[in-house]
Amino acid sequence: MNSRERILGRVRRALADVPAGERPYEEAVPRDYLREHGERTVEESVDLLAENLADYRAIVHRADAADLPLLITRLLAARGAEEVLVPPGLPDWWMTAADPVRIHDRAELTPQRLDRVGSVVTGCAVAIAETGTLVLDGSPDQGRRRISLIPDHHICVVRVPSQVVASVPQALERLAPTRPLTWISGPSATSDIELDRVEGVHGPRTLEVILLDG
Amino acid sequence: MSGTFVGMPAFPEAARAAVDDATLRGNLRHATHTIRAKRAGAVAELADWAELREAGRRIKDHTLRHLDRYLEQLEASVTAAGGTVHWAADADEANRIVARLVEETGESEVVKVKSMATQEIGLNEALEAEGIRAYETDLAELIVQLGKDRPSHILVPAIHRNRGEIREIFAHEMAAWGRPAPENLTDTPADLAEAARLHLREKFLRARVGVSGANFMVAETGTLVVVESEGNGRMCLTLPETLISVVGIEKIVPTWRDLEVFLQTLPRSSTAERMNPYTSMWTGTTDEDGPRAFHLVLLDNGRTDALADQVGRQALRCIRCSACLNVCPVYERAGGHAYGSVYPGPIGAILSPQLRGTGSEIDASLPYASSLCGACYEVCPVAIDIPEVLVHLRERVVEGGPAVRGGNKVVLRPAKGHAAERAAMRAAAWAFGHPGALGTGQRLASRSRRLHPRTLPGPGRAWSHTRDLPTLPAEPFRDWWQRTRGGKDAK
Repeated sequence: MNSRERILGRVRRALADVPAGERPYEEAVPRDYLREHGERTVEESVDLLAENLADYRAIVHRADAADLPLLITRLLAARGAEEVLVPPGLPDWWMTAADPVRIHDRAELTPQRLDRVGSVVTGCAVAIAETGTLVLDGSPDQGRRRISLIPDHHICVVRVPSQVVASVPQALERLAPTRPLTWISGPSATSDIELDRVEGVHGPRTLEVILLDG
Repeated sequence: MSGTFVGMPAFPEAARAAVDDATLRGNLRHATHTIRAKRAGAVAELADWAELREAGRRIKDHTLRHLDRYLEQLEASVTAAGGTVHWAADADEANRIVARLVEETGESEVVKVKSMATQEIGLNEALEAEGIRAYETDLAELIVQLGKDRPSHILVPAIHRNRGEIREIFAHEMAAWGRPAPENLTDTPADLAEAARLHLREKFLRARVGVSGANFMVAETGTLVVVESEGNGRMCLTLPETLISVVGIEKIVPTWRDLEVFLQTLPRSSTAERMNPYTSMWTGTTDEDGPRAFHLVLLDNGRTDALADQVGRQALRCIRCSACLNVCPVYERAGGHAYGSVYPGPIGAILSPQLRGTGSEIDASLPYASSLCGACYEVCPVAIDIPEVLVHLRERVVEGGPAVRGGNKVVLRPAKGHAAERAAMRAAAWAFGHPGALGTGQRLASRSRRLHPRTLPGPGRAWSHTRDLPTLPAEPFRDWWQRTRGGKDAK
């Protein structure tokens, strides 16, 4: 007998007390928790997102389409970035004013090469107001998981209000489980030393979020 | 479960040593009180906490009661998404599978995401024996690994160390494992985190094999979920070419939607945050993004034995948040090492004796490592009635009885060392059944009370060593009642 059969056999014997006609999953789990916490207008949800992002030490900016290219240029210049990583499907107009050399993530670029790039600019799939969370799903404007991980400075552009949801349940509804998903709530942090929160361990130490109107 | 710390004394002896360590008590008290207050605030933000907790309990209970079906569904979904599923009945088998998978890649080192399951099976030591070096990448696990220490908390394994101790460990040990600690390293948390960043980055960037556990596995989609803060998890799950995840069979949830419950309750219960900084979800493999090979090792290692116990199986609902440790007055004073297992605190006191059986002295003592105050049940986000299971396991230790070990039905004998307790209970049962004898005994006891010793002789000495013996009244209650008709005739 292989281990698969052995384990499944043990499970079945262990569950001999469970009646065959027990309530199915749909009836076994009450869903009387809330779909979102509190009633908010669209604008209030965006404000809450900004507030919760900032609470976890992300730097939040607001921009409309006219301001965006200059804002991105200014943020990159402030870091002294000479190169910036961009995913393949980032809208061209976001970066029209940017000076740094754009590095496109290609398979032959090693992690060591990516480690020499200081900044990355991505879009996102959805943002959660109640928790201050950005979710990236590997779409063309977000790229592979490694590009938002290795550089020390991540600029993430969120289209508001279309990409903002109130809550975790609403976010899961919008996401496809078949894609690799990265949920980001503030920059990398640790509480492992005397439970003091320190920002910046292995992921980007600086997270800047641009809430893009329209 | 092979995770018994070698030579570990039973809980009371281990706890006595810990209680005498003033630094340890100070570190623990600071940490548990900090997190306790924060957690209460994070939970209070959600008006539907009770409903979320109940939904979490029901999802996990339902899954456990139909675990065979969900395991088969999970296997099918993971396989369809490009992963390979392996089954491991015990720790040795899991370790052999992982070692073989690493050897097949031709590599001799792996980077690891913090994982209770791999701690439980002693994977690092097993890989070491095969010539494979495993690097822990979670900051706290790194502190434990460099310090040749053992974890003492589920979430913050180095909770028993303060910043000064951590600085010493980094300054002295990092060089032997790779990049040395910077000169003039201070003991500020930011400086220590930076040292860990530099030390580990070179390992992340060259790693070809990653090893992880998982917080959740979704049967419906084959998705695995890892919840973390530092980004070491993202590094290990994303950069290597091969990813091996070792996960206990109880970590399944049926549907994608079920994550909406646990992604709200887990972060708030564990680190008291609205959301942890990073959560990674992956389903099999994805072309051009992340590992090209994904292996899932499904681990039993005593879990099916716990599942066979109708009272004890609820311990398998545990999502490893560690809220119960942080509120436990016994954990706060005794520290995690006293529990002799990778699962310390209240959940460890019910999980370890079920996974390993109550045969060893430490495991037989764990159900007693509690004051039964009930705080652990109050904070548990999946409503595990830990006191109920503790009492159930105490009964098993003292009385013995039917249980399942290694998948086989056995009848346990009463544990050694509880003879005096059993004799006392039998005598009490007899005396209460014979009122005449009880009355005579009580009268005798009262009249001889000046002769009573202050400590008990024989096996009772340990009990009275730390307690005052109650003084007997001058007259038994029954005699007083008969003489005074319940106080009516007396002053």
